[in-house]
Amino acid sequence: MNLLRLINFLRDRLRMVVRVGIAALVVLILLDAVPAIVDKEHAHTAAEHIPAFWAAFGLLGCLLLVIVSKTFGHLGVSTREDYYDR
Amino acid sequence: MIGNHWFHPALVLLLGAAALPLVPARLKKTWLLVIPALSFVLVLTMTLGRGEYWHVGFLKWTLIFGRVDSLSLVFAHIMSLMCIIGTLFGLHVKDDAEHIAAWTYVAGSLGAIFAGDLLTLFLFWEVMAFSSVFLIWFRREPESTAAGFRYLLVHVAGGLSLLAGIVLHVHDTGSTAFAAFAVHNPGTADYLILIGFLLNAAVPPLHAWLPDAYPAGTFNGSVFLSAFTTKTAVYALCRGFAGMELLIWLGVAMSLYGVVYAIIENDVRRLFAYHIVSQVGYMVAGVGIGTELAINGACAHAFAHILYKGLLFMGGGAILHMTGETRMSKLGGLYKKMPWTFFLTLIGGLSISAFPLFSGFVSKSMIVQAGFDSHLLWAAFLLNLAAIGTFYCNGLKVPYFVWFGQNKCEPATFERAKDPPWNMLAAMGIAAGLCVFIGCYTPYLYNLLPNRAAAMEFHPYTSYHISETLQILLFTALAFFVLVKLKKIEPHAGINLDLDWFYRIGGRAFLWLARKPIQAVDTGVGEIYRVGGLLPLMKSASLAGLFDNRVIDGAVDGLASTVRGLGGRLRFAQRGPLQENLTIVFAAAAILLLGFMFLS
Repeated sequence: MNLLRLINFLRDRLRMVVRVGIAALVVLILLDAVPAIVDKEHAHTAAEHIPAFWAAFGLLGCLLLVIVSKTFGHLGVSTREDYYDR
Repeated sequence: MIGNHWFHPALVLLLGAAALPLVPARLKKTWLLVIPALSFVLVLTMTLGRGEYWHVGFLKWTLIFGRVDSLSLVFAHIMSLMCIIGTLFGLHVKDDAEHIAAWTYVAGSLGAIFAGDLLTLFLFWEVMAFSSVFLIWFRREPESTAAGFRYLLVHVAGGLSLLAGIVLHVHDTGSTAFAAFAVHNPGTADYLILIGFLLNAAVPPLHAWLPDAYPAGTFNGSVFLSAFTTKTAVYALCRGFAGMELLIWLGVAMSLYGVVYAIIENDVRRLFAYHIVSQVGYMVAGVGIGTELAINGACAHAFAHILYKGLLFMGGGAILHMTGETRMSKLGGLYKKMPWTFFLTLIGGLSISAFPLFSGFVSKSMIVQAGFDSHLLWAAFLLNLAAIGTFYCNGLKVPYFVWFGQNKCEPATFERAKDPPWNMLAAMGIAAGLCVFIGCYTPYLYNLLPNRAAAMEFHPYTSYHISETLQILLFTALAFFVLVKLKKIEPHAGINLDLDWFYRIGGRAFLWLARKPIQAVDTGVGEIYRVGGLLPLMKSASLAGLFDNRVIDGAVDGLASTVRGLGGRLRFAQRGPLQENLTIVFAAAAILLLGFMFLS
């Protein structure tokens, strides 16, 4: 099964995969700062002209969502599996 | 009455379903593929002949079964296409009744989409509710039976609101036409109809039936459920309530509501169900914005959504079918056993997350862009925030904790896990292929949209939009893996209470009321009766005893033996389960109604 071999190939080189991933993030931010490549004419608000604005939005937004959701769950929304059975 | 060379694709499915039990076993699979394909081809040919067909007189009104315009066509196209994929996914299911329920459900959806008047819309609206519930009941687990009844009760309530609204609307305006309602100055009738639509679109607080019922369905039934009810409601909202401002805020709120619940959800299929709520939020917001681009966006997103959500539910169904387990706290490490299921489900996850080159990217962006264009900055930013949660759950959490991460499977679960049969993988492959095709070749979808000029002017693949999307998604991934590393988001066993709590506990309170106070009153009355009535009763009883022994017994014995004989014969016709009795009643009612309509 070739797909399985590919997955195992990548897992065996996990350290390299992580490095490539981080490099991709850096390249993405650098490209975003070059007006010749990413034309910010399509931006909707002034804030979006800040380089890496959407990167920060993604990172912080994700942390915010997880924290808000977990807190919401701890308010009594999350409960045991047999809650309705009793 | 019937003419103009038009044939209803829903009728093809209904006739095909009715004939299914008569088809010989060796031709069954062919039949299961040919009938949905035929209805899809019928829809494809309709682009040539738009207009209204099949006017049927009913009492003093005219029912219109076939309104063919660009809005109904784009929805009918994707519904009938999904019917082929969903049927292929469950092709190996031996029970005819499951296929019949699924096709009747799709027929209800197609009927509602082509309905030109409110009465026809209502008729098919109810067909959908009463046929789809069987896709839940056929799982044959006690929890599915209960969830099915709750689903039915909620939909009956929604249907009643819709019917009341229609009656008032017809009374006020004298017209049964299904067209735009008074969105800027809505009256009671408009609100009642809106509530009926919003309930089917699973807009909070009327949404709890969806994450309650969809994870309880059969492995293939939930694939159908994920596609038809909510998107038919989106169609109805596009038709009736485009530009109603209330919908923008409801849509944005539900897109985040679904995300929050999905983030803390442990069951894979319930997580996907919460993301239906979230994704339909985008569509509802698009309908609320109401510009040409926004309506295009709502339709395009419904189109893309049916394919990738079907694909995700097929992935969830494959996990259930092959391992018997869908809780992430009991899964993990399955990539060795189900690599293709992983790969295809991941494509669904990337599509719903709106990754460039996948279908969500070319549809979701229309709605967000329309929000920015209409200067609804908060709405647009909040929809982008919901997109983060979408990728977090569908693109990262599910793939990681089901196929990688720590193996928490029971030994037996892991042992029996493997990729599903060919037909299930093929259905997933077709859906995945279409997700990529739509994302790469935009004219296929854009040419189907109702406002074609606006669709042609929209270009999703600008450098800015690609950069924006990749930044949001890839940095979400970064946050996810940091959280995994810190062991902050391990799945835990447990459920999350939602608004169905009120009617589930409310039902229990009613039962308690019946058991305790009412029972107590009953006992009290019995006691008074026993004391006050006992002596006279004893007297009369001895007299009655005499009469009984001599006269009645003879008559009763004869009667009893007759009844027993009859009962014995009836037993073969009627085995007891409530669901079966309901089916027979619905079927009989439908036949009577159809007979009445065509004969009168």
